[in-house]
Amino acid sequence: MGALTLGRLALAAGLLGLLLAPWHGLEGGVDALSAWPGGDAAPLLALLLDGSRWWLWPVVGLLGLATIPIVAGRSSGGLVASTGLALLAFVLVQGQAIGLRGLRWEWLAPLLGAPPAQQALGWGGALVLAAAIGLISAGLAQRGRFGGDAFIAFLVVGSGALLLLFVFVPLIVILSAAAVEDGHVAPGALAARLAAPEAWSLACVTSHQGCGVVWNTLLLAILAAVSSTLIGLAFALLSARGGVRAQPAFRAMTMLPLITPPFVVSLALIVLFGRTGLVTTALWEWFDIPRSRWIYGLPGVLLAQALSQAPIAFVLLEGAVRAIGPSLEEAASTMGARRFTVFRTVTWPLLRPAVAACLLLGFVESLADFGNPLVLGGDFDVLSTRIFFAIAGARHEPGRAAALAILLLALTFGAFALQTLWLGRRRYTTVTGKGDSGAPAPLPRGLRIACGSVAWPWMAFTAAVYGIILIGGFVHDIGRGDMAFTWRHILTGFAVEWQDGMAFRGSAWDSLFTTIEVAAISAPITAGLGILLAWLLARQSFPGRGTLEFLTMLSFAIPGTVVGVSYIMAFNEPPIELTGTALILILCFVFRNLPVGVRGGIAALAQIDKSLDEASATMGAGALQTLRRVVLPLLRPAIVAALAYSFVHAMTAVSAVIFLVSARHNLATVYIVGRVEAGEMALAIAYSTVLIVVMLAVVLGIERLVGRAQIGRRAAPAGNLVA
Amino acid sequence: MASRRSAVFAFAAGILAAVLPGAARAQGNLTVYCSVQEEWCRPMMAAFERATGVRVAMTRKSSGETLTQIRAEASNPRGDVWWGGTGDPHMQAGQENLTEEYRSPRLPELQPWAVRQAEQANFRTVGIYAGALGYSYNTRELERRRITAPRCWSDLAKPEFRGEVQVADPNTSGTAYTMLATLVQVMGEEPAFTYLRALHRNVNQYTRSGAAPARAAATGETLVGITFLHDAVTQKIAGAPVNIVAPCEGTGYEIGSMSIIRGARNMENARRFYDWALSPEAQAIAGTANSFQLPSNRASPIPPQAPRFEDVRLIDYDFARWGSAEERTRLLTRWEREVRAGAR
Repeated sequence: MGALTLGRLALAAGLLGLLLAPWHGLEGGVDALSAWPGGDAAPLLALLLDGSRWWLWPVVGLLGLATIPIVAGRSSGGLVASTGLALLAFVLVQGQAIGLRGLRWEWLAPLLGAPPAQQALGWGGALVLAAAIGLISAGLAQRGRFGGDAFIAFLVVGSGALLLLFVFVPLIVILSAAAVEDGHVAPGALAARLAAPEAWSLACVTSHQGCGVVWNTLLLAILAAVSSTLIGLAFALLSARGGVRAQPAFRAMTMLPLITPPFVVSLALIVLFGRTGLVTTALWEWFDIPRSRWIYGLPGVLLAQALSQAPIAFVLLEGAVRAIGPSLEEAASTMGARRFTVFRTVTWPLLRPAVAACLLLGFVESLADFGNPLVLGGDFDVLSTRIFFAIAGARHEPGRAAALAILLLALTFGAFALQTLWLGRRRYTTVTGKGDSGAPAPLPRGLRIACGSVAWPWMAFTAAVYGIILIGGFVHDIGRGDMAFTWRHILTGFAVEWQDGMAFRGSAWDSLFTTIEVAAISAPITAGLGILLAWLLARQSFPGRGTLEFLTMLSFAIPGTVVGVSYIMAFNEPPIELTGTALILILCFVFRNLPVGVRGGIAALAQIDKSLDEASATMGAGALQTLRRVVLPLLRPAIVAALAYSFVHAMTAVSAVIFLVSARHNLATVYIVGRVEAGEMALAIAYSTVLIVVMLAVVLGIERLVGRAQIGRRAAPAGNLVA
Repeated sequence: MASRRSAVFAFAAGILAAVLPGAARAQGNLTVYCSVQEEWCRPMMAAFERATGVRVAMTRKSSGETLTQIRAEASNPRGDVWWGGTGDPHMQAGQENLTEEYRSPRLPELQPWAVRQAEQANFRTVGIYAGALGYSYNTRELERRRITAPRCWSDLAKPEFRGEVQVADPNTSGTAYTMLATLVQVMGEEPAFTYLRALHRNVNQYTRSGAAPARAAATGETLVGITFLHDAVTQKIAGAPVNIVAPCEGTGYEIGSMSIIRGARNMENARRFYDWALSPEAQAIAGTANSFQLPSNRASPIPPQAPRFEDVRLIDYDFARWGSAEERTRLLTRWEREVRAGAR
């Protein structure tokens, strides 16, 4: 795309924002549009002409300034870019300076007098901001940056601005709260909070007291990462090398935990292993094993996290095991190595990167987990729950919460750094493109028995947990062992009446509709933006690529609770006011799930030879055309994976959205949390069952529609190239 | 096929209805933050809509979460009325100037405890129900262990209840803080902390949610759960084998409250809701929604299952003093240092 085309498009958007679209947000919803071009829906031009927004005249001036070189077609990229930058800065700064109660920056009073109150930016404002971004990119491209390609320039500048606004700014807002005490900046308070004994105490080593919450979190995360990786490894080895014919069962087991709402596994564990749980009671009655409350605390949380994390480890490791070229192992055994020696010296070293990835993922997921520690934690506190209660508990301490959030972030980044250290600069290439025929080595016998003894009991355990979830919604009260069948819980949540048409009387319908709507809107945006960013990062080189990649990955490391509170702190006031809307939920999901889309896209792109891009470029295609005609069709599996992942995660997220839901836009998970809080376990389980069914249908539907997502080298069949 | 199509159609219509804000709104809107159980929130809002034609948007969140939200939104409030939830956060919101002063014409109809609380809060909040603190025990577990049934606070500190008492953490739960303040008022501060240290050895878990111990006692996960009595009644009515105890030394209570949020966008309707929610008709909904607190209007019918205040030795709970931020922080810090940190 040429720079001039982009410049014209940007101008068109700017004009649209100036003349047609309502400049301010519509408080009264779509109804307010009827007042156009006056009232709440007035476009900027009307506001300028009636004099109520006189300080916004520079917007017109700046747009006009950019028009001259673009319409004339003369190349003066510097002017266009700086005009765009000025426009962007001006709109945002004036929104900060003049807020809901008129002038906010007192020192501007001599200049501005007493301007009237101004609401948040609306569609008109958004269009003008987009135009500014377009002008900046067009100008930069015209000056030869980004290879002179305006499309790439626009992608980089645009996504960079979005990431800054929705990832970086909220983070800065909340983290700066750590250094504030009683409204003043106090570095001493920050140091005291970071070094607080509640975080670092080692009392548990010497006495019966609990340890610092950082140690608890670390211990839990390490245990969860190791155990889920080991279990996943046992399954992966059995599935890929053990000659087991239980693939459908394996596959079902890997699907289920992904689509399970939070809390439910914990509830099922209580029903099974609580002091009056089914298993506990049976053991007590038959074997006189005393009943205890061991499930509340580290063991229970660990069990719940392993249940949800092991299947993901299995998927990752199975792919890695299958990708090992059998020729290497064959060579080793031809040279006389015994089976176990082959495994120890060839197979295992080649698995190391995948194992490291699993450990890291397990560790980070455990750090971010909020639901399981909340229900099963007992006295065992971790950082994520501590942060939540520092904000929403009986004492409101945002400073303490922010300090704890910094500690949690540090742990996450530490894990990423360690992984890089461990893998080092060694290479683990196994897919070379040369023939890798040959029979994969079967597992050594001892190892096979060991894997089996881990995998099969775990399988039975998973089945029991899901059995409980399945039954729980349809009996009177599974927690008390009252197993009489009933539709009561489903009816409470999902009753439908016929009364001049369909009336959704059940208490859960509202939140279910909102959840599906928000997930369905955010998933395609996440997948699209994620794949585009992946393509930018993997295939293009431009200044600031490292920064962009860091910004993309940043939101993966921020725990949900922190994200939720930071969004409400950052986006509650003009110029950008999003609280209480569905938009804030969508944005939150998009930027939280983005890293997975980007990672998946980069991994998939690594498997597609760059020579295809180059061939397209040689034949004269621009970046946009290459992306559309060559890269995207080859990326189909990655797109499916990103779509399914972001949909499912939008439906099961809880910690990030618990502060963002509003009266009109409530979400299923928040509703379920409320039910658990009120002790209505059965309704919570019944609702979760419904959610599982919905997500299963959607994931299978996406797979059916776009084709099954296969990760691996053989996933891109030749047929796709033609299409 | 036709049914499938109509189902798809209905689904799409549902989504549309969720996306587009309603068309006809002759009587305007009201946004309510509701902090009692969902089961009670819903019929209340539906009844108000029926009575007035005002469209109500309601969010249910615990009182702590709601206070956080109101604070965060203070410069640009989203909600109009905060209905329900224990009184302390409401008092706190009043102190922080987050809520609006309003004297309802129905004030003279209210119980004396409700009027007194409203006066203490400078009419920034008003009581809508009250519930006494106490505990419930699982009768089956009690028989199994052959322990005599507890009747008083002091019984719970006896060695036979070792590891069998559950109570919420006062740092996260208003219920547990009420217990802390109650014991200090019943026994005096020093003896109260001696008692709490003894009780600490018997506590198996400090839960985060205030009502959770009632549920745990109902399922037998713990023998004794300290909660508000009406939470235990809800479990008993659902068929759980529990007995409910109002401690013999006397006990404190909470006043579930209601406040109008400062800067509410629908002030007119907020006042309308406020007056309506204090009427006997509105307060009668509680009993039908499995909520067995005592209503604040003297003319409201008391649900027959509700624990009556006549049968409970109530102390003269000083909401202004024990609800204030300083006293609260002092007690909590002391509890954290002297009780929670102790060995079990």
